[in-house]
Amino acid sequence: MRFAVIVFPGSNCDLDMYHAVKDELGADVEYVWHDETSLDGFDGVLLPGGFSYGDYLRTGAIARFSPVMKAVIKAAESGKPVLGVCNGFQILLEAGLLPGAMRRNQNLKFICRPVSLIVENNGTIFSNGYELGQDITVPVAHGEGNYYCDEVTLEQLKENNQIVFTYKENINGSVERIAGITNKAGNVLGMMPHPERAVDSLLGSNDGLTLFKSILTHWRERHAITS
Amino acid sequence: MQLLHEPSPEQIKDLRVYAEMGVTDEEFALVENIMGRLPNYTELGLFSVMWSEHCSYKNSKVLLKKFPTTGEKVLQGPGEGAGIIDIGDDQAVVFKIESHNHPSAIEPYQGAATGVGGIIRDIFSMGARPVAILNSLRFGELTKPRVKFLFEEVVAGIAGYGNCIGIPTVGGEIQFDPCYEGNPLVNAMCVGLIDHKDIQKGQAKGVGNSVIYVGASTGRDGIHGATFASEELSEASEAKRPAVQVGDPFMEKLLLEACLEVVKNDALIGIQDMGAAGLTSSSAEMASKAGSGIEMDLDKVPQREKGMTAYEMMLSESQERMLLVVKAGREQEIIDLFERWDLHATVVGKVTDDKKLRLLHKGEVVADVPVDALAEDAPVYHKPSAEPAYYREFQQQPSYRPNVTDMKETLKELLKQPTIASKEWVYDQYDYMVRTNTVVSPGSDAAVLRIRGTEKAIAMTTDCNSRYLYLDPYIGGQLAIAEASRNLVCSGAKPLGVTDCLNYGNPERPEIFWQLEKSTDGLSEACRVLETPVIGGNVSLYNERSGVAVYPTPVIGMVGLIDHVDHITRQQFQQAGDAIYVLGETGEDFGGSELQKMIEGSIFGQPPTFDIEVEKERQEQVLNAIQAGTVSSAHDLAEGGFLVALAECTFGTGLGASVHVNGQDHLSEFFSETPSRYVLSVSKENRSHFEKLVPKAVCIGEVTEEPVVKVHNSEGHIILEEQVTILEDTWRGAISCLLKSKV
Repeated sequence: MRFAVIVFPGSNCDLDMYHAVKDELGADVEYVWHDETSLDGFDGVLLPGGFSYGDYLRTGAIARFSPVMKAVIKAAESGKPVLGVCNGFQILLEAGLLPGAMRRNQNLKFICRPVSLIVENNGTIFSNGYELGQDITVPVAHGEGNYYCDEVTLEQLKENNQIVFTYKENINGSVERIAGITNKAGNVLGMMPHPERAVDSLLGSNDGLTLFKSILTHWRERHAITS
Repeated sequence: MQLLHEPSPEQIKDLRVYAEMGVTDEEFALVENIMGRLPNYTELGLFSVMWSEHCSYKNSKVLLKKFPTTGEKVLQGPGEGAGIIDIGDDQAVVFKIESHNHPSAIEPYQGAATGVGGIIRDIFSMGARPVAILNSLRFGELTKPRVKFLFEEVVAGIAGYGNCIGIPTVGGEIQFDPCYEGNPLVNAMCVGLIDHKDIQKGQAKGVGNSVIYVGASTGRDGIHGATFASEELSEASEAKRPAVQVGDPFMEKLLLEACLEVVKNDALIGIQDMGAAGLTSSSAEMASKAGSGIEMDLDKVPQREKGMTAYEMMLSESQERMLLVVKAGREQEIIDLFERWDLHATVVGKVTDDKKLRLLHKGEVVADVPVDALAEDAPVYHKPSAEPAYYREFQQQPSYRPNVTDMKETLKELLKQPTIASKEWVYDQYDYMVRTNTVVSPGSDAAVLRIRGTEKAIAMTTDCNSRYLYLDPYIGGQLAIAEASRNLVCSGAKPLGVTDCLNYGNPERPEIFWQLEKSTDGLSEACRVLETPVIGGNVSLYNERSGVAVYPTPVIGMVGLIDHVDHITRQQFQQAGDAIYVLGETGEDFGGSELQKMIEGSIFGQPPTFDIEVEKERQEQVLNAIQAGTVSSAHDLAEGGFLVALAECTFGTGLGASVHVNGQDHLSEFFSETPSRYVLSVSKENRSHFEKLVPKAVCIGEVTEEPVVKVHNSEGHIILEEQVTILEDTWRGAISCLLKSKV
């Protein structure tokens, strides 16, 4: 399986994502510059965290107009796994691949610390390696991770089982403690916590590695069936 | 304020216009002598910034010479953007600390943010990848609204810049004392890694080679910033707010990535950031170091505003700009490389052989000055020095002993003091994990980063207990080096070298110069004994407001090497049943202690007695014991003394401690700040091996399953007992509590 890590000007977790996949998951991975127009050679797309375009105007608001985003949307529509973490999540929201929006953290400050997440849905291609209800430790590092959606959208998210991760304690004010959601089809996941920072116990936790392994497991199963 | 007409050379002399730029009568005469004519307004501007204390170290140079700056592992000592130390495998660590005190006093968010931005540029202009940021902050008491504002904004500024650019802020230290109320200290340190082959120098070699400007456009911000930093703050300083720059971390992120690509290209000859004194210092220093000259056409400098004069462009301190020297004929390669990062690089001049900095503007030569005169020939002063009256008085005072009745309440009160209390409120706002190398995060004695692809790790810390320096700058200076070094040893690292940021008051006052003199003596001596050379740093003088000087505060940034990640040691206890040891005897040392300040509201008397040789021996033993794998946790005893340190070892672990004290002087055992002491925990199977390696360590108890701190006297009676959660909550919540309180 071959992953693309999209690099926007101002991305700064691209390296972490790259190493998580390459060194810890052991899969193929390449950086893809924001002005590329095709992702045809890749099986999965990773949008890393950071401050694309300095977060100027609004988080993710400028990055969504990068040439590569058309290819990201195409990949999502074709059913490939697309994971956006932190700023990547914000870009997916701005691009309309996921519903809702981000507000500044309730305490109006940047928050960086390991937090407990609850796995709310282990039936997705991103979470099949977790137990339902499992308590995992994954760091957050964001100033605008206060997820918001209207009540209708929230009902839909619940009905379709799109809420994958919630915070055990509501650290930033998010609606229903939402930390990560998928699209309706289930192949696009956006999450504020950083699974790529939790892949090596030397740094405190490797609970995030299961997420990457889940993607690989799913791909292998699907690949085995179709080939 | 904008001058409609710049004064003529004659007016400058007759009306003493130079005095407004901080140039003295004698210095002006020297300039006139060097030039062989009267300088014009632009030329005088060049001299005034290059000869400011901030750029020339004219008042501190004589003292800085005392520092040991060499060693077999030192690849680059003071003089370049940052110092470099070999860490083996053709890798090296690059680090430097710098102050941004005055801008932060006036405009705390941008002052702190651009301080971070500036020090990062110093690291990547050496060709190194910045991997960590640390800081050292000093504020007045957190009970004052203005201090709260400064504190919150400085922290937000550091976070805003570091988080965006994606370099983890992994450590730091903060002290609160009234002397910093009007003049807070904001020191930022950056650490980078480099392969030996990529080391760059800021030199303008090769006549005919091109001088290239890249990064943000030049605006009118920060004009005379270096001069502003070289005078005392006053009420009038508010009017100098335009001398504070505004940072753009996104621009710097692009610059950083692009420059790290450019340094791999052999078309590059030299690179330097435009820091203090902007275009002036970068061009003059690069030419002076290479023995060449530079001619620049200022019309080609990208400008943010219309109608900028040569004077304004040369003195602007707009942020996120770099100056490069590139081989003639290969400019386009470099320009294209920057273009990929959406950065516009422009050829603005060329290297000449006449050792002059010649500036053209609108077709005319507007300045023509010898580069060495700017970069090397600033006057050097040895200011008069006088022992201050307060020092004589303190020396004569009897040894201070506080009056304490309730030990447990005293411990809790100490844990609440903002200098001791948890700084979680602060580092929660810093992304300390980005780049995924941070093994030991903020809140420990030292931060530790693994070096990806190796078994090695580096440890880093900033430290300075300025209270001791105030009481006795010589001993205090030694203590500052010793504590920084001890912090690294506790993490399992061998200390490699020092970067220092000397923050003092006005050196023209003899008693301030005396502090500088004595403390640099102490620092130098400790560096020599502990074999930690000073590889670079920064001097920040004139830290005064309305006549009140800050304590002498030479902040020490230190980096150490951990041979193997298995040696990484934390301050927290690791498992119940481990034996707890204390290394180092306790004396009655309360002068300058946290307890003295808490009870008396001020500090006085003498600092702790200290023996640098003993310090060295203990550091070696503890490091040996850690490297032998016998130590579960290690923590040094610092502010607040033994009980504070013991409590800190239990925080965040869910464990407790049961210990006994044998002496009769419980007050000293609990709270004295005798230096060179450690709390170590050792597992049962390692005890005998450990005791051979550290023969003087005394076993005082054990780590317990029950999360309670219990202290017994020599008869076995409990003399102090408290739940860890109560102590921890007190310690953890103190700063946010102070910030919320309205008093």
